[in-house]
Formats: sequence, C-alpha cells, structure tokens
Amino acid sequence: MRTMHSLLAGAFAATLLAAPAVAQEIEMPHQKWSFENPFGTYDLAAAQRGFQIYAQVCSNCHSLQYLHYRDLSGIGLDADQIKAFAAGVTVPDGTDDQGQPKEGPATPASQFRSPFPNSKAAAAANNGGIPPDLSLIVNAREGGPNYIYGILTGYADPPEGFKVGDGLYYNKTFPGHQIHMPQPLRDGTVDYTDGTGNSLDQQAHDVVTFLSWAANPEAVERKQMGVRIVLFLVFLTGLTYAVKRKVWADVEH
Amino acid sequence: MVGLHKSEFANPVINWIDTRLPVFTMIQKEYGEFPTPKNFNYFWNFGALAMINLVIMIATGIFLAMNYQPNSELAFGSIQHIMRDVNYGWLLRYIHQNGASMFFIVTYIHIFRGLYYGSYKAPRELLWMLGVVILIIMMATAFMGYVLPWGQMSYWGATVITNLFSAFPVVGPKIVTLLWGGFSVDNPTLNRFYSLHYLLPFLLVGVIFLHVVALHLTGSNNPLGIDVKSPQDTLPFHPYYTAKDSVGICVFLVVLSVLVFFAPNYLGDPNNFIPANPLQTPADIVPEWYFLPYYAILRSVPDKLTGVCLMFGSILVLFVLPWLDTSKVRSARFRPLYRITLLLWVVAVVVLGVCGANKPQGIWVLLSRAGTLYYFAQFLVIMPILGKLERPLPLPESISHPVIGGRGGGPLPSGAAAKPMEKA
Repeated sequence: MRTMHSLLAGAFAATLLAAPAVAQEIEMPHQKWSFENPFGTYDLAAAQRGFQIYAQVCSNCHSLQYLHYRDLSGIGLDADQIKAFAAGVTVPDGTDDQGQPKEGPATPASQFRSPFPNSKAAAAANNGGIPPDLSLIVNAREGGPNYIYGILTGYADPPEGFKVGDGLYYNKTFPGHQIHMPQPLRDGTVDYTDGTGNSLDQQAHDVVTFLSWAANPEAVERKQMGVRIVLFLVFLTGLTYAVKRKVWADVEH
Repeated sequence: MVGLHKSEFANPVINWIDTRLPVFTMIQKEYGEFPTPKNFNYFWNFGALAMINLVIMIATGIFLAMNYQPNSELAFGSIQHIMRDVNYGWLLRYIHQNGASMFFIVTYIHIFRGLYYGSYKAPRELLWMLGVVILIIMMATAFMGYVLPWGQMSYWGATVITNLFSAFPVVGPKIVTLLWGGFSVDNPTLNRFYSLHYLLPFLLVGVIFLHVVALHLTGSNNPLGIDVKSPQDTLPFHPYYTAKDSVGICVFLVVLSVLVFFAPNYLGDPNNFIPANPLQTPADIVPEWYFLPYYAILRSVPDKLTGVCLMFGSILVLFVLPWLDTSKVRSARFRPLYRITLLLWVVAVVVLGVCGANKPQGIWVLLSRAGTLYYFAQFLVIMPILGKLERPLPLPESISHPVIGGRGGGPLPSGAAAKPMEKA
C-alpha cells in the first residue's frame, strides 16, 4: 500500500509541475463576485447598471439573442419598466401586406434586438471580426467572469517591439493579445442614474455581473433549491443508514 | 411446462394475475428471497446505483426530447430554450448532463469492484462479458448525446472520433461516410445521432436485463471470492440489501445534487457554449472526462491505425479477461501481488486520463506511453503469469466462518460457527 501512496503522490506532483507549462501567458484578474460562492446571489443593482451599459454600449455590436425582454424581470425590472424599455427598441416584426419584411416596436415577448442581420454583415462592419453573441459569453470562456473583466480592463499600450496588426488592438488578457474590439469602456463612458461612480473598474464589474446573469439566469433559484435538496438528502441518508443498522442488527457480519 | 402457476399470494387480485402470469412470484423470488452472500461491502451498491442512474437518464431524457430540435440550425438554440424558457428545463438538462458523468463514475467503480474481487471468473464469464457490452453501448450513447447540443466541442469531438474509423483500410472511409450521412459532420449526422441516442438506452435496458438474469443464475460474488456453501452464508435480498442499497442511493443522490445545483458545468467544456462552427477549430479538442484515458491511449502512438486499434483494444481486451487471468483465487484480498498490480493499473488509468486532458507533447507523450504500456501489460502479461507464480493467502472455509469467527476481533468460542442461524 505504501508504494501505492507514493505512486499516487508522484502522479499528482507530476500534474502540478506540468501545469504552468500549459497555462497561457495571459493576465487573468481575480475579482470578487456577488454570485460566485454556493450561496451567492446576483447583486441586482450592479446587474441593472450592467444592463444599462449593455444597452448603451455593447448592444451596438453584440447580440444577446437567447434573451427576451421579459427575462429582465430576473434583474429586478418590473413589468412596466420592461414594457417601456422594449417599446423603445425597433425589431423585425414579420411581413407587411405586400410580403415585405417590416419592423415594429418590441414587446416584452420579443427576442433581444440583434445589431446585425447576419454574421456577414457583422464581419463587414467590424474589419472581419464577428462580435460574438453575449448570451453565454461568461460560460463560453475559460475563466468566466474574470476573463470578461480582464478583457474589458486589459487594454494597454503594446510592450516595446510588439507589432499590433491593422485594425487590431492590444489587450493583456486576450489570447494572442490582438483583439478586433476597440476599447469599449473607459472611465466615465456611461453615466449611472443611481449616483454610483463610473470608473472603468466599476463599469466592467457591473456589466460582467449583468452578463453572468444573462448566461445563467437560473443560478440563484438553482442554488437556493440545491441547499434545501442537499440538506434533505443528507438527512434522508442519515435516516436510511439508521434503518439499515436496525435491519442488520440481528445479523453477525 | 404447460399449465397455470400455483400462486401463494393471499390477495385475490394478485393471486389471479400471478396464476396466469407469475410476475409477482418472480419479483418475490428474485428481489425478495433471493439468497445473497451476507458479507457484501459497499462496493456491491454500484450495480444498483447504475440501474437507478439509467432510470434517471431515461426519465430526464424523454422530457428533454420533447423540447429539443435535432437540426443543425436549431439545436443549439433549442438547448437555450430548454435552459431558459421550459419550466424547470435547466433542472432536467443539468440532471441529464451531470447524470452522464455520474453514470460513468458509478460504472467505473462497478468495474473496478469486478476486477478487484475477481467477479469475472468462472462461472461468471458471460455475466462479465455482458457487462463489457453494456459499457460499450453506454460509451456510444454518451458520445452521441454529447454531440446533440451542437456546440463547438460537440461538433469537433464528433469530427475527430468519427474520423478515427477512416484509419481502417478499405472499408474505413465508407464507414465514416455512413456515420456522417454525407461528406462531413452535418445535419444528417446530428439527425442519426439523435435517433441512435434515443434508441441505444433501451437496448441498454435489454442487455442489463440479461446481465441481471445471468447474475441471478450464478449468484453474486462476494468480497471473499469464495462460493456460498450453506444457507448460513446468505441473507434474503429484502430487507437486508434493499436497506443497504438505499443508503448508497441516498449518498449517490447527494453527490449528483451537489453537481447539479452547485457546479453544473464543472465537468463540461467552455467551448461547448459556442455554437458549432465548421470553419473554426478550437485550440484544443478534448473529449468528456470519462473518455480521456482512451483518448490518451489513442494519441500515445504516432501511427493512426495502431492508435485506433489500441484504443478499441483497451475495451475489447476486457472480453477475454476471464481467460487471461490464470489464478483460481477470485478475491484480491487473498492475492497480495495481484492487488498491487491492479492498484498500479488504476494509477495508470488516472495518469492516462490526465495525459488525455493535456496536449500530446513533452512529458505527456512519455507518460501516456508508459500508461498505455502498463494498461495492456496488466491484462496480457501480468495476469496470465501472476496466476501461476503468486502464492495466494489461505482462503477461509466459508463466508460465515470468518464472519462469525471474527475478522480481527477477539477469539470466539469454537462452537460459534455451529450455532444454528437465527431466522430473520
């Protein structure tokens, strides 16, 4: 058994030693998030501010196609607010009597408006880069919220001798460090209505909170349900074990 | 035998049915009174756990299928529809997704149990081989299921794995075209994988039924690996093992729940949240964790055909295991050397898994070669030779002897073993 242990330890150590070689040379910030631990919930005020940033900045290029306006109740907007917001957005609305595509105001049941009709149009308008849909972006990147935060705050002057391609921008967190997206947020890009300071850090934090919610809108309900279910199951395990002990009490084994 | 069954059930309705179709008698016999060795440890929970797991997968899968669209244009979006709009769709999907991982955890432990306690040896060879068939069907089902969300890893995983068949001479490319339903992974591939993903679990139910029938004919093995000698060695399945299995099922549900509710995507790959894009290959194509050891075996040799043969061989070799092991002693408890080699084999599998998750370069190539070598050496060299060389520890006379005689306990009166068993 001792050989076994040392072998296991050796295999484990080998894994640890080899790990740095695999990691890419990117700076991954480590932020504190309201939603990260097993009991965490979304900071709704931050998510609402983040939604404001999405609406004013991100939505010019990025779609959020798997969300509907009604989903915004999840970050604490009420029915009237959602209706009012949707009414201000123009979305495709079927065809008119001549069979021509027509547009109309969105309703809470509408999908979020996409800025480009298709990916070719998106690429043409963005120097060949297609702005990814943001519905799942937090789940779709290694590092999740920290990675997105890192991209938003990672713009800097390239180091000496680093050649940045035409129409590309240097970013500390982006793999390869050359990104199509120009710096979207700076200090003071968006004016908050609730008096929160609008530093780059604060804005990045807020929009990442919003996008994390957008990617996992069920997370709070899920975790709260999970606490109750796991507690119940642990109790049931204890009970079942007691029953098993009782059943087996008359057997020598 | 022609004629009505003589039922012993008192309830007239049950009796009436049982006389004509003795299912109640069968259940009573196979799950009520079924004589089961009294010395099982908790490793013997895992067969029941796998069964429960399959039921969970089929139940959640049926409801997912009601809301899923097997079309390359719609599949990814329909999963998001399930996650966001279907009532408790996220719960169904996360149970199904993590249930697949749990199914492999449970099955791998079940297989380890078989290897450690020699459950594959006579007279249980066919029982074991049916188990290997179950494993293969499970793998095919899991692989096709992973393709259905039509994310980047679904698409590229499917491309890599189906392409493996092209390594076979002459028929290889034809097999690949047949699997794809065309000349690349595309909508027809998704359609046929969906169809098969729905079909195979029911095939699994059939083979599992045979697996259980075979088990109930030979009777269960046990941690001592010796045959049942008298009724004193056994207990009726109910209530003893229904109670013991229930404990395991509860613990299993706790683990599954922790995954589902607190870390539903922990075992997944971020790339699968990106819709499939045939024009963009992900930096790293890795299969789900439960396939990583086989993936490492595949990549351990530079030649594609050899790699493919080794990969399939790593499963197929299990079929002949009952004849590769030359030792008559079943349980590793009495085989000190075999025990060490088997635990080393487990280490090799874990190392292979880690290798499979890393790019095949540098130390990982070396480690995956060493792992592959040991994986096969264990079955093809060590087990045939060890059975002849090893001197096993003395076996106990019967299951109840060491149990009643005390295992590590104080001395008991020598007459204890002769005491008539108290009827439960």
